[in-house]
Amino acid sequence: MTAGPTVPPRAAGDAEGVDLAAGLPDGSGLETDPRTLDPTQRHDGLPADAVVLGSDWGSSRKRRTTGMGPRLGPVGWLRWAWRQLTSMRTALVLLFLLAVAAIPGSVLPQRGTDPLAVNAWLADNAGLGPTLDRFGFFEVFTAPWFSAIYILLFISLIGCVLPRIGAHWRAMRQPTPPAPRRLTRLAGASTWQTDDPSVLATATATLLGQRWRVTPGPDGEGPTGSMAAEKGFARETGNLLFHIALVLILIGVALGALFGWKGTVIVREGSGFSDTLTQYDSFAPGRLADAEDLPPFSFTLTDFEATFEREGSQRGAPRSFSATLDYTGEPGASRQTKVVSVNEPLTLDGAKVFLVGHGYAPHLRLRDSTGTVVFDDTVVFLPQDGSFTSTGVLKAPDATPQLGITAIFAPTAVVDQHLGPHSVFPAPDNPGLFASAFTGDLGLDTGMPSNVFELDTAGLEQVGLEGLVPGQTWQLPDGAGSLEFVAVERWASFTISHDPGKGLALAGAVLAIVGLMLSLFVKRRRIWVRVDEVPARPAPAAPAADAPTSAEVPAPTAASPTSAEVPASPDGAPTSAGTPASPDGAPTPENPRAGTDAARPHGGSVPPWRASGGAATVYRVQVGGLSRTESADVIGEVQQLVARLGGPVTEEQS
Amino acid sequence: MSLAQWSNLFVYAAMAMYALAFISFAVSFAASRTATAEGATSDADLGVEPVEVLSGATGVAAGTAARTADGPGDPLPSAASPADAAARARAEARARSAQLEAEMAAEARRVGRRGRTDRSGAAQALPPGRRASNIAMSLTWLACALLLAGLVTRGLWAGRAPWGNMYEYSLASALAITGVFLGVSLRRDVRWLGLLVTMASLITLGVAVLLLYNDSPQLVPALHSYWLVIHVSAAIISGGAFTVGAAATVLYLIADRADRRADARFSRAIAERIPDAVTLDTLAYRVNAFVFPLWTFAVIAGAIWAEDAWGRYWGWDPKETWAFITWLIYAGYLHARATAGWRGRKAAVIALIGFASFLINFFGVNLFVSGLHSYAGV
Repeated sequence: MTAGPTVPPRAAGDAEGVDLAAGLPDGSGLETDPRTLDPTQRHDGLPADAVVLGSDWGSSRKRRTTGMGPRLGPVGWLRWAWRQLTSMRTALVLLFLLAVAAIPGSVLPQRGTDPLAVNAWLADNAGLGPTLDRFGFFEVFTAPWFSAIYILLFISLIGCVLPRIGAHWRAMRQPTPPAPRRLTRLAGASTWQTDDPSVLATATATLLGQRWRVTPGPDGEGPTGSMAAEKGFARETGNLLFHIALVLILIGVALGALFGWKGTVIVREGSGFSDTLTQYDSFAPGRLADAEDLPPFSFTLTDFEATFEREGSQRGAPRSFSATLDYTGEPGASRQTKVVSVNEPLTLDGAKVFLVGHGYAPHLRLRDSTGTVVFDDTVVFLPQDGSFTSTGVLKAPDATPQLGITAIFAPTAVVDQHLGPHSVFPAPDNPGLFASAFTGDLGLDTGMPSNVFELDTAGLEQVGLEGLVPGQTWQLPDGAGSLEFVAVERWASFTISHDPGKGLALAGAVLAIVGLMLSLFVKRRRIWVRVDEVPARPAPAAPAADAPTSAEVPAPTAASPTSAEVPASPDGAPTSAGTPASPDGAPTPENPRAGTDAARPHGGSVPPWRASGGAATVYRVQVGGLSRTESADVIGEVQQLVARLGGPVTEEQS
Repeated sequence: MSLAQWSNLFVYAAMAMYALAFISFAVSFAASRTATAEGATSDADLGVEPVEVLSGATGVAAGTAARTADGPGDPLPSAASPADAAARARAEARARSAQLEAEMAAEARRVGRRGRTDRSGAAQALPPGRRASNIAMSLTWLACALLLAGLVTRGLWAGRAPWGNMYEYSLASALAITGVFLGVSLRRDVRWLGLLVTMASLITLGVAVLLLYNDSPQLVPALHSYWLVIHVSAAIISGGAFTVGAAATVLYLIADRADRRADARFSRAIAERIPDAVTLDTLAYRVNAFVFPLWTFAVIAGAIWAEDAWGRYWGWDPKETWAFITWLIYAGYLHARATAGWRGRKAAVIALIGFASFLINFFGVNLFVSGLHSYAGV
């Protein structure tokens, strides 16, 4: 391995979780992607942390530096591009890009939520506004560049998750690698001697009882042999589940956007609404939604109540809204009553009706110069401030002459020298209407659409100004007619929406949380137990028959971290390039110290009375573990098992 | 006296306790200097076995330190070049970490077996600053209890969950910050975090009392929902954990800087008083890994509530947008922490950016941007 002595000592944080220099039988569980088995990448110590989506960043970097680019064909380039896209580094960049791209959507007004504010902003910023508008900064969340980022992110995610599903499936079916010869360098390792022949069976039963997946060793049944136990596959399962759930959420959102629809409507007290396109004040259908086939419900707003805080610093804050609806699910069906409030929508077959706003609708009665009643209804006034100072317009094109009224309505009216007539409290404590009457051509006969909330006073003649209280009638000057302020009524606005994707989105959200918790909290760890018969006289090495063959043990790939980390190891024999440490810890020509007992804390030489006797067989028990993810704390588990098996529990490890 | 006044009284008392705890933590911090080289050697010898190399990140540090201390001769040549100096600084940091590991292990044993504490504790002299930090911890517990009392009386007075406006939300957030800190302190010694935690709690309470005070028990109609309890409490606990995680992250960055640069005197002065970089990074990660699913839940609960209240589960309201941004950045942190080349400092910076976006979401959106969440009574 080229990494050896030339690589400076790494900060300890890079080798978290696992130190494979301990002569472990395999590193396969760590990196299921063979491309990452490059020793220099291994030195980067990519852990099998379940949060990782793609861990092949290292390999792509490797590819680049080895200068394979020019010789790639089109397919090669495609593979290269795909690898780049599905790499973790790209996913990280896309995550941050998405976060940054969302910021203007929260700072600038958005057409989707507040189109009036967008127009106001554009009017105030004539210089910058059009440019920003051209690049979609007022519809950030539907802008092509925003969509491009999250679509790329999801492609990257899918490209990362799909191969990992297969890898995880294979890893779950693969047996845990068998125990190495010596377990002393594993986490929490303990070694002791006993004459109890059932230790291995007890260990197996104990771990099975704790829901470990136990793989018996290759040496068969009996008091001696080994076993490997593994736990925590749910971590990667949860990780994959989480990412799949994100895709589900995206599909749910897309379904809603394509097949859902949403409309808003203002309904005055006493008037009704039936669910057809023409009755909506605004309607936003999904791209594939059938707006001609809306659910055939209808309702009447029979009453609207609002209460407001009257005392203290929060005076004027709303305290309750309730709209009483008299509704029917389809024509001819029986009518029912439902009180809709802010958190209690009316749920109908195929749609939900939400109370989203309210305001005042003064009942006005207008007579023209001939004394004919040309208007007698409630008029929607739009609130302009928190105290519901509201403005409204009444147009009477049928009057002789044509009459137009613009008015300010104040539920609790005060006339101020600077502010003019305005309201100081949102409840109708002292309602007042301040009307201005115009005569002339209202321009409604041209057929051009006009805003019902605005009166174009150009070309009109103002005939007078007057303040009215309910019940009061204003005789317009010059016998132009009269305006009667009959009563104060209210209106409520409703959002009616249909979202066929929300169930899927919710399911995805629930699965995402479940997956997330599994992937963050499940700990992956392995425990090995090995029981050997203590030979009558000390032998230099274990019998060759016990040693796992190379076929059973994948070639170790991870021997370098420690040798690189401790360039000047005590015996001055760092593992060098191309000579992997012996997988089973047995002495090999390249690694002569592996078989010695220098590191063994317990046991060692056999007591003479044992060696000479032959009355009872003496077994040497070794237990050790491996944390396969950060903070998996396998030592506690190992020590628990050691205690259960009657082994020595040392002070420090307890 | 009304319950609201009792609540205020408890809050003021809690603030006083936080201030005292902060001072005590500061005294303890100033007095405590961990680790001299010989102390590290002896502690590493009796304490940490090289076996623990496999046990995880902290184990690596401890094991390395033990090896350094045990090894025949001096494995590191005498400092002649800057690289050597840096290596030596790292070795010292590891030695320090080994001692702290041993101390923490000893502390864990004391907590675990009370009987032994009395016998060994009396004989053993307290390390410098230990008494002050003990006092500070007690004061923090007291402050937390007083704040809890303040919040409970406030809730009883209003007859609802006591986080219906920005003032109450801030009180609850301060409680959550302290609560997460104290919760962690039950499992490990995190006194070194107390200074930042009490400061954060105190600042939050100060902002609440001075700027956000709200004397109304009533709620706006949008908040009349049981989702107020679910969604907002999840957000509050997340906020507390985000804060504790960010505090640990800041300390990690300081310790890391001290390890890398011999001339960073300020960082080194602080690093001498806190655990080593690896321990800090691990703690920050654990807190952030705990909070991420909770924050995800808070966002999803908010979406479900929004569907009930406004007819859509996601509408890119500024609050929603910033919650999403915060989620993205912390997701990026978790990924970065598991990606070669991004781990360590870069990941830590990402976590701090995530915390900043959380603060923007908490304060900035309510105070400066108008949206559907602008009802909270500021």
